[in-house]
Amino acid sequence: MSAVTLASKRRRSALRTLAFMSPWLIGFAVFFAYPLISTVYFSFMHYDGFRPPTWSGGKNWTYVFEHYPLFWPALRNTLWLVVVMVSLRVLFGLGVGLLITRIKTATGVFRTLFYLPYLAPPVASTMAFAFLLNPGTGPVNSLLEKAGLPAPGWFNDPTWSKPALTLLALWGVGDLMVIFMAALLDVPTEQYEAAELDGASAWQRFRYVTLPNISPIVMFAVVTGVIQTMQYYTQPLVAGKVASGVIQGAGTQFEPGYPDKSTLTLPQLVYNLGFQRFDYGSACVVALVLFALSMAFTALLMRRRGGLIQAGD
Amino acid sequence: MTQVLDHPVKPAPLATGAERTARRRAVLEWIAVHSLGVAAALFFTLPFVFVFLTSLMSDSQALSRDLIPHTWEWDNYRKVFDTPGFLTWWKNTLLYAGLGTVLTVVSSIPVAYALAKFRFRGRNLSLMLVISMMMLPPQVVVIPMYLFWAKQLDLSGTLWPLIVPMAFGDAFSVFLLRQFLMTIPNEYLDAAKVDGCGDLRTLLRVVLPMARPGIAAVALFQFFYAWNDYFGPQIYASENPGAWTLSYGLESFKGAHHTDWNLTMAATVLVMAPVILVFFFAQKAFVEGVTLTGVKG
Repeated sequence: MSAVTLASKRRRSALRTLAFMSPWLIGFAVFFAYPLISTVYFSFMHYDGFRPPTWSGGKNWTYVFEHYPLFWPALRNTLWLVVVMVSLRVLFGLGVGLLITRIKTATGVFRTLFYLPYLAPPVASTMAFAFLLNPGTGPVNSLLEKAGLPAPGWFNDPTWSKPALTLLALWGVGDLMVIFMAALLDVPTEQYEAAELDGASAWQRFRYVTLPNISPIVMFAVVTGVIQTMQYYTQPLVAGKVASGVIQGAGTQFEPGYPDKSTLTLPQLVYNLGFQRFDYGSACVVALVLFALSMAFTALLMRRRGGLIQAGD
Repeated sequence: MTQVLDHPVKPAPLATGAERTARRRAVLEWIAVHSLGVAAALFFTLPFVFVFLTSLMSDSQALSRDLIPHTWEWDNYRKVFDTPGFLTWWKNTLLYAGLGTVLTVVSSIPVAYALAKFRFRGRNLSLMLVISMMMLPPQVVVIPMYLFWAKQLDLSGTLWPLIVPMAFGDAFSVFLLRQFLMTIPNEYLDAAKVDGCGDLRTLLRVVLPMARPGIAAVALFQFFYAWNDYFGPQIYASENPGAWTLSYGLESFKGAHHTDWNLTMAATVLVMAPVILVFFFAQKAFVEGVTLTGVKG
């Protein structure tokens, strides 16, 4: 093959790739790269959306970290959610996954019932839980009181609002259940049989056969759980709004985090700073903090060889 | 009964004492596992049941602590539909979810195909960027995006700022489809090439029919994403109730009806129901998508 045809063939194949990739390349440039660079730019500008932006140096950064009253509570809540909500969700998902692989009667029915809550639209499921857990007439507190147990204030009480959100997250554990179910069914049965021959107890079989086999999936579930926590927005916001009784619509300003900043998360700060306080510069600072945190955990997800998401082949 | 064990005990011609204990243990384990299963099923279904029961209560009973309706007020659902705006929100949601899904699928397929089957420089980098975009919260770039749509194109108060970007490949859909297309053996593509098919023809005639389950999964995830989206409509449509979607408008029910939990819960049921119905029709594709990517949409 002559050099000329080889070169033209290469060019054709490059054009072909470009053509197929073009929707995403445009999308990447217009809806990701450009706004990301813009976010960095605006984080150094004072901009309220009306007067033209002016250079403000590091003022937005010092404002967010030192004076903005919602930043540190939101970060503390995020840490709480990562430690408590993510780990409980992984444990519960693994438990339900183990349970479903052992259920041999009407498995399909059980699986569907366990999975359905995950599908419920977040606004709808949050409204449902705000009703179920409302301290006045909610069915949960009615049942707790009938059983002679203390009835917490749930979404209306700063110490109980995050546990209530955790309960909602555990209810929607279906995605993890399916992933763990698939992983558990992939564990080679010979290993169980060998362990049984050696006289291993049920716990020993789980500890020395099941767990090593599914550990990459556990790791995957933890890291994606942390990444999802960085995006945790709708549930805490809607729960706070409904519990506080704020009426939605023009002219109402909802200070997020009800009760007492206990349901604040980082994405809510972007909304609060940008769209309620019209301080676009500081909103971009929080956006960049969110970017850095999400990227750090995504890198963790991609760097682990074997098991987690594999970028290359 | 031994069948129900995960590691069935082999039936012996003569049941010895040891085997009888083993069988008794198997029965006990069956009972334990299924009791736990029923308890878990109650945890997962009771919230739906209570919400549905409350949606059928009278106004006064919804303020009480009773769990079962005294009178079954099916009329509540008609009242919800009569609420000003409710039908508009349905229409908007169908537009956002329907058109958005079509655009996403059409624009993501060629990209996923290139990432799965073409060899080119920068392919791994592109894939890593796709995964990164998928993992980023939408709030990271929302300020410049809002300024772009609202100040430069004057499109705030509509859903177009949410629909138009879907014509340019969605990271999650690209990733899921790519994972699916990787499972199609290259022999099929080579055979099509030998038969004289160009890249586009190979994609349309050979790959797409085989990728139908993957495409179904992507379409479902995208439909649910748009149906559930709260942040997007809050940013772009909040100023104009005529552009609200169900997920965004639902919350205003609690405000407008104050303590009328019955009507709020009826509206909640009406927002949940379509998603659950769609799931029942496409259960297999959906579960496949979850296991393929391990990431929710």
